[in-house]
Amino acid sequence: MSLSAKQKATVRDFFSKMSTRSDDIGAEALSRLVAVYPQTKSYFAHWKEATPGSAPVRKHGITIMGGVYDAVGKIDDLKGGLLSLSELHAFMLRVDPVNFKLLAHCMLVCMSMIFPEEFTPQVHVAVDKFLAQLALALCEKYR
Amino acid sequence: MVEWTDAERRYVEAVWSKIDIDVCGPLALQRCLIVYPWTQRYFGGFGDLSTDTAIMGNPKVAKHGVVALTGLRTALDHMDEIKTTYAALSVLHSEKLHVDPDNFRLLCECLTIVVAGKMGKKMSPEMQAAWQKYLSAVTSALGRQYH
Repeated sequence: MSLSAKQKATVRDFFSKMSTRSDDIGAEALSRLVAVYPQTKSYFAHWKEATPGSAPVRKHGITIMGGVYDAVGKIDDLKGGLLSLSELHAFMLRVDPVNFKLLAHCMLVCMSMIFPEEFTPQVHVAVDKFLAQLALALCEKYR
Repeated sequence: MVEWTDAERRYVEAVWSKIDIDVCGPLALQRCLIVYPWTQRYFGGFGDLSTDTAIMGNPKVAKHGVVALTGLRTALDHMDEIKTTYAALSVLHSEKLHVDPDNFRLLCECLTIVVAGKMGKKMSPEMQAAWQKYLSAVTSALGRQYH
């Protein structure tokens, strides 16, 4: 399910519109991940707390969103562009890939919340596909 | 049986109070058919689904969106007996409609995104968690009679 040229443009466009709120969306998305799917907190046992809205969760959500934005810039070659991030996730973090889908869903929910008019079905499908491709690229080195 | 805290019951009621079924039902189903086009396989008799515009303007899609969302709302009045409440509907979806149960999850994801668009940040993370629990319970019940 690779992105058409039109969908890549849609993704770039929407992420550009989103950029003033990207920190908020990243922070909210990770907060919602740990709230809605509490099993994901297992990856953050080394933090003082992993409650929705807490400082470490918000900070890390912003970090992740930064990575997603970086991936938008590499949308024409996600596998190549995200090689070192993939190695990080494969050998060090070892996040079960099912969690990428869960976080993607939370990101889509936040995008819809903050940009209800702009997050049309057409934008939704393009961004969903992009996040799925991103997750695949992150999994590249897993096995 | 699913255990609900008082807070979770209140959260779920709060979300439903913001949902206009006649608006959100069609929007959720249209979004599902557009974002996950393979779900169109179940709607061969619905006429033109060939473009996004056709889907969004299709009266049968809109009508069925209302039917599906009304069905999802039934659990609100039967929160302590969701499995039994949906037993007959589960048999219907399995034996007559032959719907892959993963589609229930896809429709629910689209519904959550539609509802999030309407509620904005009024849907707190805790509210979203309770809402997701509700949808998971219903989709699980709908999948239960498959064999």
